Amino acid sequence: MKIHEYQAKELFRKYGVPVPEGKVAFSKDEAQIVADGLGGYPVVVKAQIHAGGRGKGGGVKLAASREETATLANQILGMTLVTHQTGPAGKEVKKILVEAGQKIARELYLSILVDRQTAKIVIMASQEGGMDIEEVAARTPEKIIKVYVDPLCGIQAYHIGDLTFGLEIPAEARKPFAGMIRALYTLFVANDCSLVEINPLILTVDNMVLALDAKVDIDSNAMFRHKDLLEYRDLDEEDPQEVEASKYNLNYINLDGNVGNIVNGAGLAMATMDIIKNAGAKPANFMDVGGGATAEMVENALRIILMDQKVKAILINIFGGILRCDVFAEGIVQAAKKTGINIPVVVRMEGTNVETGKKILAESGLNLISAVDLKDAATKVAAAI
Amino acid sequence: MSIFVNKNTRLLVQGITGREGQFHTRQCVEYGTNVVAGVTPGKGGQKMDEIPVFDTVKSAVQSTGANASLIFVPPPFGADAIMEAADAGVDLIVAITEGIPVLDMLRVKNFLATKKCRLIGPNCPGIITPGECKIGIMPGKIHMAGGPVGVVSRSGTLTYEVVDQLTKQGLGQTTCIGIGGDPVNGTNFIDVLKAFEDDPDTKGVVMVGEIGGNAEEDAADFIKKYMTKPVVGFIAGLTAPPGRRMGHAGAIISGSSGTGQAKIEAMKRNGIHVCENLGEIGDISKSVFK
Repeated sequence: MKIHEYQAKELFRKYGVPVPEGKVAFSKDEAQIVADGLGGYPVVVKAQIHAGGRGKGGGVKLAASREETATLANQILGMTLVTHQTGPAGKEVKKILVEAGQKIARELYLSILVDRQTAKIVIMASQEGGMDIEEVAARTPEKIIKVYVDPLCGIQAYHIGDLTFGLEIPAEARKPFAGMIRALYTLFVANDCSLVEINPLILTVDNMVLALDAKVDIDSNAMFRHKDLLEYRDLDEEDPQEVEASKYNLNYINLDGNVGNIVNGAGLAMATMDIIKNAGAKPANFMDVGGGATAEMVENALRIILMDQKVKAILINIFGGILRCDVFAEGIVQAAKKTGINIPVVVRMEGTNVETGKKILAESGLNLISAVDLKDAATKVAAAI
Repeated sequence: MSIFVNKNTRLLVQGITGREGQFHTRQCVEYGTNVVAGVTPGKGGQKMDEIPVFDTVKSAVQSTGANASLIFVPPPFGADAIMEAADAGVDLIVAITEGIPVLDMLRVKNFLATKKCRLIGPNCPGIITPGECKIGIMPGKIHMAGGPVGVVSRSGTLTYEVVDQLTKQGLGQTTCIGIGGDPVNGTNFIDVLKAFEDDPDTKGVVMVGEIGGNAEEDAADFIKKYMTKPVVGFIAGLTAPPGRRMGHAGAIISGSSGTGQAKIEAMKRNGIHVCENLGEIGDISKSVFK
């Protein structure tokens, strides 16, 4: 689960990670009130959307006065921010963070994440703060410090030492820096984070360490023990069809092609998208109805895909294991009757009770195109657009 | 021959009295798996069909000599169930549970490093040696006993699709293993490839990967260096957008890492027969393994 920068900074404050003073605002008047409370100018006005690259896209600006704060707030609120992470359509800005400006001496990079290969928690840092870390890693990998923490033992003093000396933290700032790293590690573990990233982490001219930015992702699988964090979910940042699908435990991702598809199982769903592309069409979505799908789930899956105007044909690919083909076929028939499908639908079914499933579809009176195997299915759906 | 499981495997099922536990235990028994015990805390002394149920894994192992465990418990209790089985001395643990938090799995993985047992999964369909033993949720009848092909995959239904195509080509399987779709899991591709290389009845391997992480790249390096048997490879998710979790917690392209293209290139570079269209994996296997 992604959260906003202002929410991440709220978490930072709670765990004692120093951040600039500031608050979220939803209008220009609120922005001015927040700025008034910050004790002077300049202040920073930052667009709050779930995507990186906001600065480059024009979503982060410095205001030198009360008036300029209002002007910039007006400019940024309601703008459609396009960054390398939003896609070409961009995202509408509905809130801004107004923060006290800082006197920056150095910009550093710091992140904490799970390393899949070693099964450790890795802390990554670099003196090249404020830059795209992927670029730094590609161009100058020696400038990235990695510290691997055993999750059973937790963070040790030598880990912090590696970071402190690797980043050349000045003597006056070492104690607060160590406190900050410990606090971030505690926050990461206590909230089941999958990512904590600060870019940049700054040293001010008077040797303070501050998280100027904050990005926190929470492991969605761990939400059952973080009910308090659920309030951070922002449905405005999510695709409405994806929100609808999540209500029915459907794994759905909206894409920009024209062939809708419904599949059971994530791996097979990905492979089905790929085979659609191989056949010369483009997948409109990823939809995994799961191994234990019910007729009702299938019905909702079809309804959600039909909400997408781009979809010109649908490919249904089911390999019945736990999910029986007859149950699935009934779901399709129910859904088709309720929604009134008016685009071509190609069905390919295999596995448990496939004969009964095929019979149900054949006797339904629905205009379905049946396919003998995967290749046949992809070719037929591409031809149907 | 086969790897990890055979007709001598004595299975216990953790979460045997739940809906999924009951259903799949019956399917395993029907397939011929020797299910000797079940575990559900608080239900010790009861029976599920004819299978005795125990309160703890330790008591089940002591009474029945079970040497493998199949786990169906809900995600919040998944890590605990795996560690309990490991502590009770079970040799092979197969965790079907989907949705165990990744930090739980980090602790489990580091805990298991001190134990001798093997964990398969979590978030996997399990393992089957056709004709002998099925520990998992895969449909048994699509498989064909007797080899010569070993199958290893990060996926569930995608593996069934592959196995089905192999069977239709007349290619039987020695053992099929789903290692799971989570970012941190027990057994990895290399562990399985090593075992298939050492198994005299396995003549070749089909390896099914997907986007996310570097496991396929590492496996490709291993294959080049150590494997004498031919490998057919497939990668799912070439059309997946970056930054989105494609159903499986582990199937996500982070920045430039974990892309399908990079995995396919690594496979080709290391002499693996890459199948780029899932519809053809049976045909390609036939031509490679004939």
